Amino acid sequence: MENILEVNNLSKSWPGFNLDQVSFSIPRGYIMGFIGPNGAGKTTTIKLIMNLIHKDSGEIKVFGQDHIRFQKEIRDRIGFVYDEGYFYEHLDIVVIKQIIAPFYSRWDEKAFQQYVREFHIPVKPKFKDLSRGEKMKFSLALALSHNAEFIIMDEPTSGLDPVFRNELLDILADLMQDDTKSILFSTHITSDLQRIADYICFIKQGKIVFCQDMETVLNQHIVVKGPSDILNETTRPLFTGLREHSFGFEAMSRDAAEVSRLMGDRVKIEKVNLEDIMLYTVRGDSRV
Amino acid sequence: MNIIIANSSPDPIYEQICQQIKNAIVKGELTPGDLLPSIRNLARELRISVITSKRAYEELEREGFIETVGGKGTFVSLHNTELLREKRMQLIEEKLTETVMESKILDISLATLHEMLDLLYKEV
Repeated sequence: MENILEVNNLSKSWPGFNLDQVSFSIPRGYIMGFIGPNGAGKTTTIKLIMNLIHKDSGEIKVFGQDHIRFQKEIRDRIGFVYDEGYFYEHLDIVVIKQIIAPFYSRWDEKAFQQYVREFHIPVKPKFKDLSRGEKMKFSLALALSHNAEFIIMDEPTSGLDPVFRNELLDILADLMQDDTKSILFSTHITSDLQRIADYICFIKQGKIVFCQDMETVLNQHIVVKGPSDILNETTRPLFTGLREHSFGFEAMSRDAAEVSRLMGDRVKIEKVNLEDIMLYTVRGDSRV
Repeated sequence: MNIIIANSSPDPIYEQICQQIKNAIVKGELTPGDLLPSIRNLARELRISVITSKRAYEELEREGFIETVGGKGTFVSLHNTELLREKRMQLIEEKLTETVMESKILDISLATLHEMLDLLYKEV
């Protein structure tokens, strides 16, 4: 399968932060969700892909081409949605569009007009007077109006209400009807991705924890709850993010077979969602 | 055809889809030659990932329920009757199990159940 994005051993560090040997790839035609707590390195990785900041080492290929050497061609084919509108705040959206559109060789004015109508984006005198959701929709309309094959979105849903987040998922689902398009979607609101993402890449403190298809991720992890006396040297290593309380314990495990072999009926085993995985994994660290 | 996905179900989503499409075929709601939605269309309608709907179709194809014709789409297979019959038998078995379980809860004896079945079989 052709990869639309390949990141190999990407590293970047500055005082207090270290992006460490990050590697992952996205096949053409699929959505990858990029998750992790705030400060894990999601935005840094995306900025490195877009070559907005310089990498220390590693390789990034977009559409099979080096992201720096072919930066101009690559940017032409990427739709980029930032977590904040980096637009001229005092202009109206028609003017902003007129400034941005000429940068793209395949600008599609008709598509843009249609998105503006569909998204109900009002033409207000100043961009800054738009609501957060409207700004995001405008940013999205621009990203979708130049025949981009690869949409990169950095936290597009943060600070937005569930109604808009739901609308966005509809838009993305429509976009994915075209099997040549791919999406990289970073967020810490994992419920947005639970169903629609094909792959999940989880980053924590600058390191990739896992990068797999969603189904595998959800089937591999379980939440285990049970009485504390089960915990011993053999069973403890099976758990991540173990929390012991007065009435028992709860933890996550990646080894369902071993858990049920050792503990059987004495524990309750539950399905996980992405949020559980993030919570337990992050907690796993803070335990001494 | 309806496909209902339950987040609370212990079964993975692709399995829930497989099961419901199979049921629709066995019940005759879907007949051989019927065109199914494309993988990407199914994903959009159900709000699931493309990989999940692809996996469901792969599973159904492997079991011989559906066939993909390159460039034309995915269709309900022309089944060999044996497979279908087997599946229908399975359905009956499931329903009978349910009946037996219900009867046990209500303390109905096997003999009484037999009588009821005899009567119903003649009547219907």
